[in-house]
Amino acid sequence: MLQYVIRRFLYSIVVLVAASFLVFFFVTASGDPLAGLRITPNVSKETVKNIEERKHLNENVFVRYGYWVRDATTNQFGSTLLTNEPILPDLWRVMKNTLQLVIVAELLAIFIAVGIGVYSALRQYSAFDYSATTFSFLGLAMPVFWIALMLQVLVVQIQGWTGTKLFPIASLNDVDPGSGISFVIDRAHHLALPVLVLMIASIATYSRYMRASMLEVVNSDYVRTARAKGLAESRVTMKHAFRNALIPLVTLVALNFGALLGGAVVTETVFSLDGMGLYYISALLTNDPYPIMAWLMVVAVMIIVFNLVADIAYGLLDPRVRYD
Amino acid sequence: MTDPHPSSDMMTSTPTGSGGVAYVPAPAGGGSLDRELAYDAGVEIKARSQWAYARMRFLRHRLAVVSLIVLLLLALVAVFANQVAPYGYDEQNYDIINLGPTFDGKHVFGTDQLGRDYLSRVIYGLRTSLWVAFFVAGLTTFIGTVVGAIAGYYGGVVDNLLMRFTDLVLVLPALAVLLAAATFFNKEGSPLKAAILLGILLWVGLARILRGIFLSLREKEFVEAAKAAGASDLRIIGRHILPNCVGAIVVYMTLVVAGAILIEAALSFLGFGIKPPHPAIGSLISDGQQQGLATWWLVTFPGLVIALVALAINFIGDGLRDALDPTQRRVRA
Amino acid sequence: MAEPILEIRDLTVEFGTEDGVVRAVTGVSYDLHPGEVLGIVGESGSGKSVSMLSVLGLIPMPPGRIVEGQAIFRGEDLVTMPKSKLREIRGGKMAMIFQDPMTSLNPVLTIGDQIAEAIQVHNPGTSNDDVRKRTVALLELVGVPFAERRVNQYPHEFSGGMRQRAMIAMAIANDPAVLVADEPTTALDVTIQAQIVEVMQTAQRETNAAIVLITHDLGLIAELADRVVVMYAGRVVELSDVYTIFNSPQHPYTIGLMNSLARVDIDQERLEPIPGQPPSLISLPPGCAFHPRCVHSQGRAICRTDIPELRSMSGDAPHVSACHFAEELAGTRIGAGAASGEGS
Repeated sequence: MLQYVIRRFLYSIVVLVAASFLVFFFVTASGDPLAGLRITPNVSKETVKNIEERKHLNENVFVRYGYWVRDATTNQFGSTLLTNEPILPDLWRVMKNTLQLVIVAELLAIFIAVGIGVYSALRQYSAFDYSATTFSFLGLAMPVFWIALMLQVLVVQIQGWTGTKLFPIASLNDVDPGSGISFVIDRAHHLALPVLVLMIASIATYSRYMRASMLEVVNSDYVRTARAKGLAESRVTMKHAFRNALIPLVTLVALNFGALLGGAVVTETVFSLDGMGLYYISALLTNDPYPIMAWLMVVAVMIIVFNLVADIAYGLLDPRVRYD
Repeated sequence: MTDPHPSSDMMTSTPTGSGGVAYVPAPAGGGSLDRELAYDAGVEIKARSQWAYARMRFLRHRLAVVSLIVLLLLALVAVFANQVAPYGYDEQNYDIINLGPTFDGKHVFGTDQLGRDYLSRVIYGLRTSLWVAFFVAGLTTFIGTVVGAIAGYYGGVVDNLLMRFTDLVLVLPALAVLLAAATFFNKEGSPLKAAILLGILLWVGLARILRGIFLSLREKEFVEAAKAAGASDLRIIGRHILPNCVGAIVVYMTLVVAGAILIEAALSFLGFGIKPPHPAIGSLISDGQQQGLATWWLVTFPGLVIALVALAINFIGDGLRDALDPTQRRVRA
Repeated sequence: MAEPILEIRDLTVEFGTEDGVVRAVTGVSYDLHPGEVLGIVGESGSGKSVSMLSVLGLIPMPPGRIVEGQAIFRGEDLVTMPKSKLREIRGGKMAMIFQDPMTSLNPVLTIGDQIAEAIQVHNPGTSNDDVRKRTVALLELVGVPFAERRVNQYPHEFSGGMRQRAMIAMAIANDPAVLVADEPTTALDVTIQAQIVEVMQTAQRETNAAIVLITHDLGLIAELADRVVVMYAGRVVELSDVYTIFNSPQHPYTIGLMNSLARVDIDQERLEPIPGQPPSLISLPPGCAFHPRCVHSQGRAICRTDIPELRSMSGDAPHVSACHFAEELAGTRIGAGAASGEGS
């Protein structure tokens, strides 16, 4: 088992390095980041030259890559192009916020989706099953940003009719949330809707998959053997069927993480949350390559770590994989 | 220890039934192989092509059929947008600002603060969405099929590259990469460039799937037989293996079309996809959003239309998957 | 003969499918006597597995349905018994061995766990230690080497033959009175088959169980069975002891089966396969289900209109056959032109 994990880990490092090449050259290839600055009337040539030197923009691409990697690993990912502020502190702050959102949403989604999927499989073709399938189809067809907007509209409309604001629809916290428990409650209140939005797409995907997986397992030969041994149906389902059905879902959750982050970007934008989404978009709008690249690398690391965790979980669940 | 008779699967039911035939021995006794069909107990067997069966199975899915009709209608509306839409995309009219959806048929989707009729805007936006989505599907299918086929059939360098490339692609979220790509390569927001960027990202999934299919089919006997008969590689790929992949390709294509519509809408909404003056549903939703949430119809209806299109495509995809790959048997309760 | 331990009476089982109702088993009756090996022979689709699976409650009951019939085991009817009672018997006094040991064992649980589970379900309250000891003992009994170590391994670490041995161990864990083996050797290599046959014989010696051997492999039947039930299209077409079935069958289908075997003990000019295809269970031919492929029918009307009943044949041994013209087939010689239906 340990060997398996180590091998996956080493491979991930290689992928990370390769990704860093890709990201750097891709971003550099886009052209001169100072182009806009050069033609701005009030900016002196000297200012531009200073920035060029600070960022080693006159050297060749490989040298610049080297500087960038050095900054990434030792110097907080360097600093922004124009304002010369360190990147990592801001990035770290928004990353924590986004992680709160994403982790809560994903854990809840998995929990609910597994329940729905298993129950749908056990009561195939029932009313519950059909409604769950319908919900899945709808959940996957509605654009994430639209769901977010609709919830906001709903809250505003309800506020219009009844005067009560069910959930906040913007930002992470109220202006003065206090500290300790009241802070947590306030944060939870603000994150409620964004979490809901992210959950919908995940639940739609996972529940369908879980249902299919469970159905396949429930009709398998080894489940028939378990019944032939005289086990009670509940035991057959839980001990034999469920664990096997869960295995493919681990892979799916891992693969879906990228999409989940994409959804988070969009959701944060709609709800004006101070998270990675807004950070990335502002970086893109200012055309500053350094935070963009830093963001992409941090996200790559997040995805790699997440995949490793999934690999470990998979190895724990399925003994056939461990001795590869 | 021999099996006396090759057997068929217990639950097989030939759709048209077969009664079998009886053989009467030749009059002179002995084990002659000249036997006549003396009796046909069953219903006659009609020969049907594989495609006819697929079409039959598809038509059994009412949802898929309805979705197909809906989609075709929407496509027609989109193609004839200029004729169908009552107003222009950016046609402003200060007399009718901020109208909620009206039931007199005049402004079914309402208007915004500049007096733009949202039904028309949606129709034009839909046209863009649909052609971009289909373009992306075509591009993706083409690249994905070619690369997947080569990787799966020849293995070697191409295969290795493909697998490594796939691993890389998985490490970065699609939306983020597209946002960056749009910033650097599509600043003006042209639909064509947006479609190309999307296509470049999405072919990887199909290539992987096809590679898998080619890898498994390449070892099958019918390929060996074709080689023994002297068929060239190209012929084997094109006439023997590829037809077996059509099911997977078609299903993936529907996923791509639906996905492209949703991703393009999200990109345009965020301001990184298709930009004005090109019509885009995502843009109209963000325009609507900027007006505030009181004019709720501006964000609701365009999104509803997108959801409807995506839903229809998903149902069609589901029907197609069942039609082309009926490995699941449904047993009536 | 001793009192039968299991009596199947007029069993009829149906399945509702998308294309119509499938009658998998119709009016099937046979007895199982203690300690004997009863072979059930037939092609896929003959209903041989379904008859046993259904009385044990192992067919999915929404699409499947026992329309009528009884299965008396030790005086109680399995068909009408409450599910909880049936579960006590299943895996306990009546146990099953399945065809494909790779897919029939849970890949994520150890072999030891799965055997132990069989023991614990039917003997609650047994100490973990005792369960483990019994598990290892069972594995040793069926011939798994290094049982102490292998008990903690997973199915994918066992070879095909080993897995089938483990399945047999699981089945005999609770000293069953009836052991149902559904195609136990079909998924295995020929050399392994011979080993498994030995293991089954060992198992029978240990438990004195009666074995129901369901298979299409006539060689296996010849080796192990005492009596044989021949099934076709969901019905019993012939039933007798194994010697009678092999040497003097009196049903066209059985004759056809025997003729299609390659045999070293008689002179055969050519192998004669049974012409045609087994019928679709949804649209069975009218009258005798076998008549479209029957060489002996010669187009006689009654074969097309009336379903033949099982009737006793003359002779020393008990022997029934379901053919309108079974008497004509007495003394049929197998091999060398016998297909044309001539007498000896």
